[in-house]
Amino acid sequence: MNSNSLKISNENLKRRLNAERRFKFYGVIAISLALIFVLILFTNIISKGYSAFYRTLIEIKIEFNDKVQPEMFKQMSDTEINKLDLYSFSKKNIYSNFPDIEKKSDKKKIIKLFSIEFEEEIKTYINKNKNNLGNTINLYISASDDIDQIHKGNYSRDIPEERRRVSNFQLSIYDELVGQNKVKFEFNLPFFSRGDSREAELAGLGGSLIGSFFTMIIVLLLSFPFGLFGAIYLEEFSKRNRFTDFIEININNLAAVPSIVFGLLGLGILLNTFELPRSTALVGGITLSLMTLPTIIIATRASLRSVPPSIREGALAVGASKVQTVMHHVVPLALPGSITGTIIGIARALGETAPLLLIGMVAFIVDVPSSPLDPSTSLPVQAYLWNDSAERAYEEKTSAAIIILLSFLILFNLIAVFIRRKFETKW
Amino acid sequence: MENKVKVCVENLNVHYGEKQALFDVCMDINQNEITALIGPSGCGKSTFLRCLNRMNDVIDICKVEGSIKIDGQNIYDKDIQVEKLRERVGMVFQKPNPFPKSIFENVAYGPRIHGLAKDKTELEEIVHTSLKKAAIFDEVKDRLDETGTSLSGGQQQRLCIARAISVNPDVILMDEPCSALDPIATAKIEALMEDLKKEYTIIIVTHSMQQAARVSKKTGFFHLGNLIEVNDTETIFSTPANDKTLDYVTGRFG
Repeated sequence: MNSNSLKISNENLKRRLNAERRFKFYGVIAISLALIFVLILFTNIISKGYSAFYRTLIEIKIEFNDKVQPEMFKQMSDTEINKLDLYSFSKKNIYSNFPDIEKKSDKKKIIKLFSIEFEEEIKTYINKNKNNLGNTINLYISASDDIDQIHKGNYSRDIPEERRRVSNFQLSIYDELVGQNKVKFEFNLPFFSRGDSREAELAGLGGSLIGSFFTMIIVLLLSFPFGLFGAIYLEEFSKRNRFTDFIEININNLAAVPSIVFGLLGLGILLNTFELPRSTALVGGITLSLMTLPTIIIATRASLRSVPPSIREGALAVGASKVQTVMHHVVPLALPGSITGTIIGIARALGETAPLLLIGMVAFIVDVPSSPLDPSTSLPVQAYLWNDSAERAYEEKTSAAIIILLSFLILFNLIAVFIRRKFETKW
Repeated sequence: MENKVKVCVENLNVHYGEKQALFDVCMDINQNEITALIGPSGCGKSTFLRCLNRMNDVIDICKVEGSIKIDGQNIYDKDIQVEKLRERVGMVFQKPNPFPKSIFENVAYGPRIHGLAKDKTELEEIVHTSLKKAAIFDEVKDRLDETGTSLSGGQQQRLCIARAISVNPDVILMDEPCSALDPIATAKIEALMEDLKKEYTIIIVTHSMQQAARVSKKTGFFHLGNLIEVNDTETIFSTPANDKTLDYVTGRFG
């Protein structure tokens, strides 16, 4: 061989190397595009939604009088206090924080600066501090959704007054309050604990979080055991014939069926035939289980198949029965794969909206459900509902709901990856 | 001195679906001896071995005809319990296949499912004796909690032998037990077999004719599903009756 023959490149080799470079370049472009889109999506959602995680409070002064004395609360229980009618007392006290305003229409506008539930918030404060109330108290109560949005900067003040939801007068009062340092932000805990509401500042994710939780519990309880044992039977025990081939094809097809079809099934069979309670996590859970089941069966079968036959032979050769072989040796090895598949299936079910719309989990539900038999919504449906609402304040809530949903999905997938890494046996 | 016949195979025919894998095989296997089965790949020797503890039952399309009698009892009779049969006829496979569990659990599994130990001490006793018999006890006695798969290949195979003898079988089938091992590990296994034959009847399938010559008393030569010849190992390797056998053992084909 010529000593230079390794250095001089010929045309053919050049072409091959160029093709290789081009191929790599296309790959990099594809990945970068995908990453850019994900980045845009996330920045968009997070920048819109993060402000829903804190809320605006306004400080007011309450003066007790002869009719409403601080001492009288000491003997009262919480429920008794909650039953009191303090509406006009609260209203008058709010007015007296603004002594310069005398016109009745202006006073009404002042009240609109505060959340519609100002009376309840004052009662809650009294309840908490009933044993050490002075004659005057200072407390923070929630701002209305419009002031909340102004304070967060989500509303522009530059648009003409007639198209603005906050009048110039209200803005001047708000500016005055800001000047007196009476407006502050606080972490929005009620957003996670309250149910839906027509008043944007009161609407929370609590109801749909619990609804989603119940739904996922039902999905887990139904689809995991059925999926696991179905897969074990099909993979390890059933004889291969036309019938099992037919079942196998159907399971694979079922995994590809559009989710709305499962919704129709839930509506037709669960609601209309069996008359299960509408809009409940129970029905939602059963419907989503049907959707998750094929995913779990397919994942479990794949991981059963990946257990080497030599393990089965080893167990059979010492005299284990078929069931013992499968249960003692094969299933424990396949379980991590099966659980991973289940978590991914559940993550998919958590983000599923369409079937839930058909079985009525799309209703406006104020109460936080206390059991799977109570009407409820779920996280993605809540985002869908809020997205339809007119008020600007729901926009940040929609994005916030999606942030929470995405966080759960990412968490689920991380858990799945962790389980796979940690427990999967390599052969 | 001839040992008494332990396994008696008569007119064994095996089909995998359409294809016939064994043709009218007749063979007697003596007790407390090592019998080697040799032959080119696909000749049916592994199929034959797997008939002896009915491992072929798991293959749906496999059909077995004829009779295999162990101590006079036909193992293909209808009322035979396969689990009991496999307790008496253990098996060691080509590739070491310990369970991905602890070394202790690997050996304890068989006795446990057959209820051979009354309590924990008895179980430990069985595990220790089995490991000692398989000549691996000294190497693993301090780490019985470690997984069986963490051992070296040769150790894994001896662990599998310990697992096979833990249920106290009469016969041990070995399907090319050394083909995945290096020469040193192979030598250890061969020495072990020499010990084991005092208590057990051993049937070994091997691709290595030297191994067959070294360890076995009798050798059977399989070709294309037929048992061509079975005789004393010395005879097979020096003056076989059949030309095919002669060609095979002298390396002219296979």
